[in-house]
Amino acid sequence: MSAIAYSANTTTFSSTISSITPRYSRHQPPASIAFSNTPKQPSFKTLTLKKLQFPNTTISPRKAVVCAASSDAPGKSFHGMCYVVRDNIDTDQIIQAEYCTLIPSNPDEYEKLGSYALMGLPDSYETRFVEPGEYKTKYPIIIGGYNFGCGSSREHAPVALGAAGAPVVVAESYARIFFRNSVATGEIYPLESEVRICDECKTGDEVTIELENSLLINHTSGKEYKLKSIGDAGPVIEAGGIFAYARKSGMIPA
Amino acid sequence: MAMSSMAASSAISSPFITPKDGGVSSLSAQSSSSIKVMPKKVSKKIVSVMTPQQSERKPSTTGSVKTGMTMTEKIFSRASEKSQLIPGENVWVNIDILMTHDVCGPGSIGIFKKEFGNDAKVWDREKVVIIPDHYIFTSDERANRNVDIIRDFSHEQGIKYFYDIKDLSNFKANPDYKGVCHVALAQEGHCRPGEVLVGTDSHTCTAGAFGQFATGIGNTDAGFVLGTGKLLLKVPPTLRFVLDGEMPDYLLAKDLILQIIGEISVSGATYKAMEFVGSTVESLTMEERMTLCNMVVEAGGKNGIVPADATTFKYLEGKTSLPYEPVYSDGDARFLQEYRIDVSKLEPLVAKPHSPDNRALARECKDVKIDRVYIGSCTGGKTEDFQAAARVLLASGEKVKVPTFLVPATQKVWMDIYTLPVPGSGGKTMSQIFEAAGCDTPTSPSCGACLGGPKDTYARINEPQVCVSTTNRNFPGRMGHKDGQIYLASPYTAAASALTGFVTDPRDFLH
Ligand code: SF4
Repeated sequence: MSAIAYSANTTTFSSTISSITPRYSRHQPPASIAFSNTPKQPSFKTLTLKKLQFPNTTISPRKAVVCAASSDAPGKSFHGMCYVVRDNIDTDQIIQAEYCTLIPSNPDEYEKLGSYALMGLPDSYETRFVEPGEYKTKYPIIIGGYNFGCGSSREHAPVALGAAGAPVVVAESYARIFFRNSVATGEIYPLESEVRICDECKTGDEVTIELENSLLINHTSGKEYKLKSIGDAGPVIEAGGIFAYARKSGMIPA
Repeated sequence: MAMSSMAASSAISSPFITPKDGGVSSLSAQSSSSIKVMPKKVSKKIVSVMTPQQSERKPSTTGSVKTGMTMTEKIFSRASEKSQLIPGENVWVNIDILMTHDVCGPGSIGIFKKEFGNDAKVWDREKVVIIPDHYIFTSDERANRNVDIIRDFSHEQGIKYFYDIKDLSNFKANPDYKGVCHVALAQEGHCRPGEVLVGTDSHTCTAGAFGQFATGIGNTDAGFVLGTGKLLLKVPPTLRFVLDGEMPDYLLAKDLILQIIGEISVSGATYKAMEFVGSTVESLTMEERMTLCNMVVEAGGKNGIVPADATTFKYLEGKTSLPYEPVYSDGDARFLQEYRIDVSKLEPLVAKPHSPDNRALARECKDVKIDRVYIGSCTGGKTEDFQAAARVLLASGEKVKVPTFLVPATQKVWMDIYTLPVPGSGGKTMSQIFEAAGCDTPTSPSCGACLGGPKDTYARINEPQVCVSTTNRNFPGRMGHKDGQIYLASPYTAAASALTGFVTDPRDFLH
């Protein structure tokens, strides 16, 4: 069943994204990235399919994505319970090295990866992200501190989170390779918060993220937080990763 | 030393590192020109391996240049065929070498096939280097299958540099097998000044020691490179680290990089290039420069880089027949920030659990009881790392008090352990010193327990133990057990700690 969804989802490919570095903003190149002028097509896969898979996540891609001006994936929102982690969550904690023998492009191995997501967190995290025996998480939204995803270059890390059913992470900052892999694969939205929110949110809080307004709303605490714009990366993730994006723009043959 | 009362905290709060705001040419003119100019003495040797100068590759001769560039920017500029670049620009870069291994190779190959078709050919079969090294000596079926996948692919594609292993029971029966990819890349001559090397491993930055741009990428990016030979990369700004002063003989490059990471934190260089210069760096061997660059990713860095010099050219002699063209930072290059470090004042360091920037002096941790010592990995499993450990063991003449695991990075390192004499030992080899000291027998070369790995991996931490390790990461669970505690240290400090059963400053034995 979900096998089909997965294979569509893992399509991605490629190249590049360097464009989207999380932290460095001093010399923003003029509109660079060759991708940006492409007419947007309704995004077909990732998100809609995920919606089917994970009923507890509400992801609503707006049907006619028009305005190419905003790169913030207009109209998209995420809703569900959040899972809160701290600083320097490294890729070993996201997916332990012993599970990296799984190949994400094989549908059932992809699904297995999801079941191991965030299993490397120390036991001080009493609530598990994915319950033993489950493949999916109850928490579609992850909230973290700074330097999320540091450590190895393993793409298994963003893939595991995506496979577990968490399409979005909100952290204070990211390690470079994790950020890039998130975008290249189109697995998750790596969003940055303007202030530190991992101290104020608790695992299990009901949260909504409105991409268009760059806003995170914590319904449990009643607080709202401003997010940074996802920038050049938004359209790439929306397309389903860099390969899909490069194809759309004619950069590599369709 | 004189300032001892405050030494502990002062070394840490760093009077020795002076950050300077990166003005345009804040670097003094002499130091940059001394780096820029190739030493006359070696020029004859170099000429034989250099390409004829190509004017289109030399932005500085086009006349259009207004600002100087750092060496990282120059490499991007050559590889993207653009005469001038500034940090933040996204450019398509021609890749000189793509490296992948058994963990990420199968995924990259899967993406390559899916996107470019089952019959697709890689862009250049001589520029793809495939090195099985991570999960080799295990009976884990998936791990074994992954090596089969990269083997099949290498044969199908005619990959010229595939370092195969078939007989897992005896690594010596596999003449092509190397071991840890980053060390093998250097030993096999795939690292060349001025080039662009990407690899599906975050420690690919190790190769920056050769004056090249080298960085880690994910499977998806690697799949794209396999098909096109290109990658869209953002030009990073550069942090410059000027290391001067004579290096005390109880310090190793590992101490230098732990000092720097402790200073700028695990995210201090995120997205940035880290350039290492200064008289201390010039005095370092290639293996030590590799240690320095290896851990830039632990500071979040995109790449680390050391200007190529006579030491580099000498190392490369006989290892590569391809022409290469070193580049150097201009005198007026722009650096985001410059840090100056007086190496002569540093002391042996460790990074305490669970972060590589959790720096402390080794002697401050002398009460930390340990359960084991691990010497290995791309950071601390090279020939000179074992030489260093052997030096401490020899100097003490004692036996180790905790299990001490030795995991040579590559087959060549393993050979060296069994053949190279330790200075001052009357001709004894490293292996003899290790045996006399009661260490575990050096095992088969691979990544081993550096990243935990399958449960049956040699020296994996399977219980909540405390380990002093010459590896590069000490995050929770890195070497196996989630509650294991890892103290990162130099091979000197690791060997000294093995001798006492506590975290130990190597000066206790080296004086
Ligand atoms: S030795 Fe350790 S750090 Fe180096 S490549 Fe292998 S697993 Fe990675």
